[in-house]
Amino acid sequence: MNTTAIWAIVRNDLRIFRTDRRAVVVGILVPILISAFFGYVFGGTGSAETGKIPIIVVDEDQSPVSQAIADDLKKDSMVSVQLLDREQAQKQVKAGKAQVAAILPKNFGDDSVRALFTGRDKPKVEMLIDPSQAMSSQVVQGLLVQYGMQEITKTAFSGTTGTDRLADYVKQLEADSARQPQAQDLSNLLTALRQVNSRRSDSTGADATGIQRGLTMPYDVTSSTVTSGNDVPYNAYAHAFAGMTVQFLLLAGVDAGVVLLLLRDRGIWQRFRSAPLAKSDFLVAKTLSTMLIGLFQTFVIYAAAIAIFGVRINGSAAAFIALAVVFCFLNASFGLMLAAVGRSAGATRGIAVMVTLLMVMLGGAWVPSFVFPKWLQQASLFVPTRWAVDGLDAVTWRGLGFDAALWPIAVLAGTATVCLAIAISRFKWEE
Amino acid sequence: MLSLVNLIKRFGDRTAVNEVSFEVATGQTLGLLGPNGAGKTTTLSIMSGLAKQDSGTVTFDGRVVLPGDGFFKLHVGLVPQDLALYEELTAWQNLELFAGLYGLSTPKFRERADDALSLVELSDRRSHKVNTFSGGMKRRLNIAAALLHDPQLLLLDEPTVGVDPQSRNAIFENLLELKRRGKTLVYTTHYMEEAEKLCDRIVIIDHGKVIANDTVHGLYRRLPPSQTAFLQIDPPISNDVIARLSGLPMVDSVILVPQGLQIESADFAASLGPILSVLNGAGTRVAAVQAGGANLEDVFIYLTGHALRDEKAPASA
Repeated sequence: MNTTAIWAIVRNDLRIFRTDRRAVVVGILVPILISAFFGYVFGGTGSAETGKIPIIVVDEDQSPVSQAIADDLKKDSMVSVQLLDREQAQKQVKAGKAQVAAILPKNFGDDSVRALFTGRDKPKVEMLIDPSQAMSSQVVQGLLVQYGMQEITKTAFSGTTGTDRLADYVKQLEADSARQPQAQDLSNLLTALRQVNSRRSDSTGADATGIQRGLTMPYDVTSSTVTSGNDVPYNAYAHAFAGMTVQFLLLAGVDAGVVLLLLRDRGIWQRFRSAPLAKSDFLVAKTLSTMLIGLFQTFVIYAAAIAIFGVRINGSAAAFIALAVVFCFLNASFGLMLAAVGRSAGATRGIAVMVTLLMVMLGGAWVPSFVFPKWLQQASLFVPTRWAVDGLDAVTWRGLGFDAALWPIAVLAGTATVCLAIAISRFKWEE
Repeated sequence: MLSLVNLIKRFGDRTAVNEVSFEVATGQTLGLLGPNGAGKTTTLSIMSGLAKQDSGTVTFDGRVVLPGDGFFKLHVGLVPQDLALYEELTAWQNLELFAGLYGLSTPKFRERADDALSLVELSDRRSHKVNTFSGGMKRRLNIAAALLHDPQLLLLDEPTVGVDPQSRNAIFENLLELKRRGKTLVYTTHYMEEAEKLCDRIVIIDHGKVIANDTVHGLYRRLPPSQTAFLQIDPPISNDVIARLSGLPMVDSVILVPQGLQIESADFAASLGPILSVLNGAGTRVAAVQAGGANLEDVFIYLTGHALRDEKAPASA
């Protein structure tokens, strides 16, 4: 192996990279900016307040029950509520200014309390949904169930309307008790419950012991994120930087391949070939230079991620370095393979960029792969970028050890070796 | 030193090099002449080991040269027709790369690079980026890059193409200096005057075939005995006098040129007397008579039937 020649080519490529401001901007600044954007959109460092879902409540009933539900929704941290009429609500949802509108119809309060005891003639709550925000409607439906049950049962067992409805229902049960023995038991239970509620004196819904009237959620939910350690919040920038680093390194590999194709048409190619240089020396040199440039880009991008966006390598630092090295090996060999099989620079660049973006998308570099359908998640395991992104996620915000990066390292190294083998066998050196 | 025997190279249906044979002796400068597309560059590519011939052999110092022959490459320097330089780097950085390809150590590189830059008169521009150079300076650096490993044989493919006359002269001086140093040069060009001044021997190629292989004097001897003379006259003559001159025996043509006449005659010695007599009769004074000579362009036209730079070239040769 001609190490002097290999080093000369590597040094030359590094010099050219250093003088090429466009390459530095595209290879380092652009991924940092795009990562910052994606990271911010997907939650930033986890400390910022997440956006509330804008919803509309149309209260056509104006009863104590419907007003209480609207008040409960207003106090909820997940939604921001506007009270409008039906026509305005439709306009707002259509314009995308509100994601969901819930319409509480006339007589909602009375009908819902009656339906609570009889199970018949339930009032219909209409939902107007922005189809691009279907997930939001499910959140709002859940909140309506929670606050609806709370306010309807409270009214049913304590308010004037509820007391009247309960009395009617008890009478009906007593009339039926001759035919249905259970009806008498239920009548006794509801009568006792009415007596308990009637003794409560305050109007807040709670008695002297602080016990709420009506049904309430029988448990409280607390949640904590499972990240690299206790009190370590999820940093969405970590995933964004992993994805964008992978994307831009692969594009740099494509560029290296295209530059090599262009080189073939230049006099400099003749000079390389007229020198006592073996094809293998040339390919080794090109692999090394592309790898070194890729590693430089990776470390600068992650330095910015750490310094500015709070990304931390909470897992194995050695695994992070190993992942960076094998991925840079992959992007170098991918570029060489393109140079070996490509016919013209223009056509090769077009196809390669398309394939790269597809790999990057399927690899979960833009949006995490867990949001993909199940079949696509399985299929994406055949895409090396998926392993690169998962590996970088594992050693950054997930805080996992070297063992978690072993499979990604193996898959990336294997793919890189296959690309290099194709490049060596197909690369035209003699003419 | 270098011998080519019956080289054939085809590109599809077209035969770019057709049974080309010639030899280059050590220290000799050989000009490979021909129009664009004649097969010069392809022949040079085979000679340098870059392209593989379909048949025929190239031998260097008695050993057959094969594509990728490392020993041969160490003794040959190639100056490609296209500028083989990284324009975004300095002259010195370019040379550093090319020296590295030949495995030169740092001290050796510095010594050779200094010498090469001095030869092409670019020592003071070593730290400047190539994209700040003029076309002629780039051409000279292109030559310097091929000299770093001190090759015995230098193959130059149109080293003066596309540069202004002043730069051509500078490059020409560089090549003369290399010749003085005893380097063997093979030089493709379609500038006849350069080849005439520089080359010991000239091979003329047309349509892939060698149509002449001789010294410059040997090539001139192939021309038929036609002579041209320039007569400086005062005052200018009328068309009637020109017609009378044209009608003289042995006079082939008479052309009115600025300040005189250009007369072509198969036997100028015999026709000079009657010409002067006609001019005296017309009251015209002959201030000077200058015998004209043929040049390599005339030789090329005589041998091929067409001018050197008129040929429309196929792209790949």
